Amino acid sequence: MSSREKMLAAIARNKPNADLYPLPVLPLPHSFVDQGVERFCQVLQGIGGEVMRVTDMDAIRQYVETHYDHTHRIVTTLPELASVAELQWPNTPPHELANVELALLRGHFGVAENGSIWVTESLLEHRAAPYICQQLALIIRKADIVPTMHEAYARIGNETYGYGTFIAGPSKTADIEQSLVLGAHGPKGMIAFILD
Amino acid sequence: MKVGLFVPCYVDQFYPKVAIATLELLEKQGLTVGVPPRQTCCGQPMANSGFEHLTGGCNSLFIENFAQYDYVVSPSGSCVLHLKEHLHDPKHEAEAGHLRERIFELTEFLTDVLKLDTVSARFPYRVGLHQSCHGQRGLHLSQMSELVAPPFSKPVQLLSQVDGLELIDLDRPDECCGFGGTFCVLEEAVSAKMGKDRVSDHLRHGAEYITGADMSCLMHLEGLLHRQKSPVKVVHIAEILNSNIQ
Amino acid sequence: MNTQTLDHPELADRFNKDEARVDWHDQTLWWVRQKRDKAAHALPEWESLREAASQIKHNVLANLDEYLLQFEANAQRNGITVHWAADAEEHNRIVHQILTENGIPKMVKSKSMLTEECHLNEYLAEHGIEVIDSDLGERIVQLAGEPPSHIVLPCIHWKKEEIGVLFHKHLGTEEGCADPQILTGAARLHLRDTFLTRRAALTGVNFAVAETGEFVVCTNEGNADMGAHLADVHIASMGVEKIIPRREHLSVFLRLLTRSATGQPITTYSSHFAKPRPGQTMHLILVDNGRSIQLGREDFRNSLKCIRCGACMNTCPVYRRSGGHSYHSAVAGPIGAILAPNLDMAKNADLPFASTLCGSCSNVCPVKIDIHQQLYKWRQVLVQEGHVTAAKTVSMQGMTTVLSRPGLFHLAGSVGRRLMKWFPSLVNNRLNPWYKQRDMPAPPSESFSEWYAKNRKPS
Repeated sequence: MSSREKMLAAIARNKPNADLYPLPVLPLPHSFVDQGVERFCQVLQGIGGEVMRVTDMDAIRQYVETHYDHTHRIVTTLPELASVAELQWPNTPPHELANVELALLRGHFGVAENGSIWVTESLLEHRAAPYICQQLALIIRKADIVPTMHEAYARIGNETYGYGTFIAGPSKTADIEQSLVLGAHGPKGMIAFILD
Repeated sequence: MKVGLFVPCYVDQFYPKVAIATLELLEKQGLTVGVPPRQTCCGQPMANSGFEHLTGGCNSLFIENFAQYDYVVSPSGSCVLHLKEHLHDPKHEAEAGHLRERIFELTEFLTDVLKLDTVSARFPYRVGLHQSCHGQRGLHLSQMSELVAPPFSKPVQLLSQVDGLELIDLDRPDECCGFGGTFCVLEEAVSAKMGKDRVSDHLRHGAEYITGADMSCLMHLEGLLHRQKSPVKVVHIAEILNSNIQ
Repeated sequence: MNTQTLDHPELADRFNKDEARVDWHDQTLWWVRQKRDKAAHALPEWESLREAASQIKHNVLANLDEYLLQFEANAQRNGITVHWAADAEEHNRIVHQILTENGIPKMVKSKSMLTEECHLNEYLAEHGIEVIDSDLGERIVQLAGEPPSHIVLPCIHWKKEEIGVLFHKHLGTEEGCADPQILTGAARLHLRDTFLTRRAALTGVNFAVAETGEFVVCTNEGNADMGAHLADVHIASMGVEKIIPRREHLSVFLRLLTRSATGQPITTYSSHFAKPRPGQTMHLILVDNGRSIQLGREDFRNSLKCIRCGACMNTCPVYRRSGGHSYHSAVAGPIGAILAPNLDMAKNADLPFASTLCGSCSNVCPVKIDIHQQLYKWRQVLVQEGHVTAAKTVSMQGMTTVLSRPGLFHLAGSVGRRLMKWFPSLVNNRLNPWYKQRDMPAPPSESFSEWYAKNRKPS
């Protein structure tokens, strides 16, 4: 008998009666339903992220020009930002993104209760892009902020993707005496541009 | 209403004044209280050590002593919880079931069964309340800090009516003192450290007395206080509630 | 591999030799517990979330084989290779085989308590494969040659000055530097180089979704993603109980997990791996290692609901004052104490007794595992199976004899109290563990029963 068969047989033999354990009904009643962008901004700032409310892409371009070091590499997937960032990333291994200072990427939507932004592979070019850069900027529309994770998964639904992630602020660790340090392995800083 | 008083074994031997205070307090409420002379122990020391199978004798004895009462009251949350969860007797299961439903820790008996609305007692001291875990988390005598639920406390409800008593705040209102039955000797180092930390929380906030609804925790804290030559004393909540207005 | 011979009381006693350090350890973890409280209390629906999570996990356990098959079919359709490992040894062999087939001698690994349970690093080292742990806390204990002492905060027992010494030796930081910012920066550089040069990455799994065949890995550091997205081969190891039925159930667990663990609203990254990226191979290993046995133990199967948040450790007054290593098991604390006896009853018979049964663990648990009740039940099982000393059995039998006979009880009590009075050294001596730091209560002249017989009519 293979391990697969052995394990399945042991589980079938030992599991409790399924009739006694139905699944609960989701979503549950929950808080924050009436809270959107303000809550999102407050929570994201509370976990080490930055927030910029902007009216258009021009404002983002200006912000990038004045706030980031252009002697280093800046990459984006958004054609509107081509004047401040590299748009055509060479079709090379993700390792070559190791010298990226700033990655400017679009997110699908934000979640107010935890300040996270949902992104999937289709928005990333490389899965490693939001991790390997020193600074990360994600752009979402104000209308695309949902209250909680329940609405978030309702919105994702049964979409197919190879890879997706919720990103909530910069990479961080508190492993040394619970002292918070931003920039463990991924970006040291993370900013969310919210388009009104 | 026939009420039986269950006096835990160590209270009987070491803290008779707690049992006397409990008895007098119940009698002050106009109750006739029976005290079966052949009572010993709830069986918890064996059960919590993994020897629940040896508690049959204690269980039968308990049922024999108390089956005739409408209510059983005891000044120990821990013993009451043990009986509520584990009192069984194959020969007298109906009686065991009745007793599991009808045994109450003293403060919950006063607030929930007697619905006591005034306490006539005076205790003009700064008092810290030690929330014993089995009373609090097991019997739900008060809300626990882990849960997102409305706060309440049956012991506080009673103590707040005591004349002159000033209840102090604690940094950790419901941390375990480390007594834990045989834990206190099997895990001596951790048990003593937990107790010392509990004591210092009370001392830091200026307690003159530490009280609680479980004498076993208080015995452990008293042992530490005494060793530290602290003037702070422990007192069972029954003794406070039974203290006379001068 | 495991040379532990001391039990929990002895290891805890050693930990308590340095009281200031115990205070520091206790206060650090209590601070984490307070952050958890703040996060939980910000959600009025907290208790209904816990209840929903508990019900979902019950449903998982009751349909585990079917969900595993559903997951396997969907994961395979997504291009993930699924392996089944009956025990730790088979898991380690599969990992080794994947590496060998790809000619890979060095691997980077993110946090996986399962690989700690399986002692994967030691196994691979014996087979000439180098593994670098990339979670900062795990890297610290790895450099120190120790296992983690906490499932979420692996080096919570280390002081920054000690980490400074360790990093000076291994990573070349300045001597005497103990600044967390600088030390983390040094680890970042060292591990970045590792991420960029490893062709294989192993990650743990927080949740695997039967309905979609995807698995979710949660980290704050981004180390799982850095490893996986830069490697040709991604291996993910998971205990079979990590399955959940549907993607929407992630909403419940992701809301609870990090709030319970550290008080954050969510981890920085909650990564959903559904398919390998083009050119990459992705392997997922489903591990049993005693879980199907635990599933059959009705009293203990709820322990398999655990989502490894560590909240029970942070809240446990015993864990905080005895340290993770005193549990001599991959998973420490209250949850470890109910999981470990299933793996090896004789070796872990001390753990269910390392508790006062205060119950804080059960009430803090985001999936409502009845941890303290299981500790109580394990004690009964361990006694029945003969895993306690003969001396303890004899003393318990003696106690039972006295306590079930009222005459003997009252006689023993009165004799005992008199002896205590006349010869206090009988109980107040160094052989009595109570007396080491505590005084005995002063014996009263009469017991309550004696007082009652004199002062009231017997009922």
